Amino acid sequence: MKAFYDSDFDEGPAPTVHFENVGVRYGMGPEVLRDLTFSIEPHSFQFLTGPSGAGKTTLLRLILLSVRPTRGLVSLFGQDVSKISKAELTDLRRRMGVVFQDFRLLDHLTTYENVALPLRVQGKEEASYRAEVVELLRWVGLGDRMHVLPPVLSGGEKQRAAIARALIVRPELLLADEPTGNVDPSLARRLLRLFIELNRLGTSVVIATHDFSLMDQLNVRRLVLGDGQLHIDE
Amino acid sequence: MSDSPRSPSAHSNGSHPKGASAKATQPGGREPGRLPASLRRNAPLVPVDSAGGRALAAVIAILTFLAALCAGGAELVATSSSQWRSDVAREVTIQVRPQTGRSIDADVDRAASLARQTPGIESAQAFTKAESERLLEPWLGTGLDFGDLPVPRLIVVKLQPDVKPDFGALRQALSAGVPGATLDDHALWASRLSTMANTIIGIGVVLVVLVLVAAGLAVTFATRGAMAGNREVVDVLHFVGANDDYIAREFQRRFFRLGLRGSAMGAGAALALTILLGALAGSWRASPAGDQIEALFGSFGIGWRGYGIVVFIALIVALITALVSRLTVRRFLNETG
Repeated sequence: MKAFYDSDFDEGPAPTVHFENVGVRYGMGPEVLRDLTFSIEPHSFQFLTGPSGAGKTTLLRLILLSVRPTRGLVSLFGQDVSKISKAELTDLRRRMGVVFQDFRLLDHLTTYENVALPLRVQGKEEASYRAEVVELLRWVGLGDRMHVLPPVLSGGEKQRAAIARALIVRPELLLADEPTGNVDPSLARRLLRLFIELNRLGTSVVIATHDFSLMDQLNVRRLVLGDGQLHIDE
Repeated sequence: MSDSPRSPSAHSNGSHPKGASAKATQPGGREPGRLPASLRRNAPLVPVDSAGGRALAAVIAILTFLAALCAGGAELVATSSSQWRSDVAREVTIQVRPQTGRSIDADVDRAASLARQTPGIESAQAFTKAESERLLEPWLGTGLDFGDLPVPRLIVVKLQPDVKPDFGALRQALSAGVPGATLDDHALWASRLSTMANTIIGIGVVLVVLVLVAAGLAVTFATRGAMAGNREVVDVLHFVGANDDYIAREFQRRFFRLGLRGSAMGAGAALALTILLGALAGSWRASPAGDQIEALFGSFGIGWRGYGIVVFIALIVALITALVSRLTVRRFLNETG
């Protein structure tokens, strides 16, 4: 079925992500992912699902280029990544936002500093983004937690801080690994609405989850991983 | 604090989430729109100011202290030897040995006169017989009758500053006019003194270089440790779009501060010790030991140039810390991909 949130851009820009016969193995072990062939179109919304240990996180790390494929072709934003330089890798990552399953907030930085981090590393002056960061923090309900260090944030607050950090750069592609794994169903629905709005504003969204109740709330494409292979449920 | 985010639709005006109005009411009911002057605490992105960081600062302080002492000692010897050499080079000695059938007093007067006539000579002061005999007392003892001994007489010749007299012509004139007179221009003594001083200075410089190398190696190990300990931070920085150069700069900034703090402590301690020793030497000056020390090292002060060298070494150590940490981070990132 046609994804409800997919845009109708049949012709135009190259796929945001394109995998062709991609395989991954760690060391001399068996392939944990094999023969992955799929595309993530611009402005699209999809779930990445599968049982625990199926390789969802590995697939996200492949897209993030923190894991390199042992075979096959990966292209991001129309660019073959097999021979990209470190500078090009940085440029590609700046077009992506990522929400890690374990949040990966820096414990020595405040919530505000964590959310502002992607802008700070781009060398932007704080004055140029301060209002924007504060506004986003208020928007995700962390307006009065911006001076707090992550260790004293609740799981849900960390989740929202991690999401805000991913959104602050207005990414073209958002990768979220179990973004609702630590929150109650009500909050999960609200976070999902946040991703939907982001997608409506032009970002391709990939949400890795095995939460069927969450997926059932949206009629979108599902990338299902099992036994190291990918099945696409349109 | 509510644990739930505000619903996007509750205040979104259909724009990007960040386009949501800043006027929106906060969950806490606080007046929105007003922002603190600065929300950032300028916290470093890489937290190297840990126990390991403090240990590194202590190591750098100790190494800087040692390097500063070596450099200060070398400077002290350089200054003192320069004074010695200057004093030695400004004096020559004419020795007149008694000759059978000749009046030694007349020979001494004649030799002193010949010396005074030589261009570049400031003065020629002959030691009297009694003064010459007194020079022998340390070796032969007091109360002896030197009347039967052929005690040579000395003439101390002082040279004009920055003028080198023609010693060859003076030697010829002395050998022609005063048999038994010899001229000693102290060249051999000055050469040995110079060699000894240069050796001490060279050892001091080598020690300073070795200490700086040791500081560099300590920083290398500390940086690699910090990189390994902050692996997750580095990963996050990469994922949010930081390039290797940015990360290396962050580490460099932190290590430069650590290095500056450590080297300032070390240099401060070295300066304090030098001043203390100078004060102690000053208080001992009246004693025989103080006289010996002053004869050897002058006033036991390294002067402004010495203080400048110590401060310079502290800055060099801090710069080495920054540079080595940056290079180590770049190498570490290249190795680990």
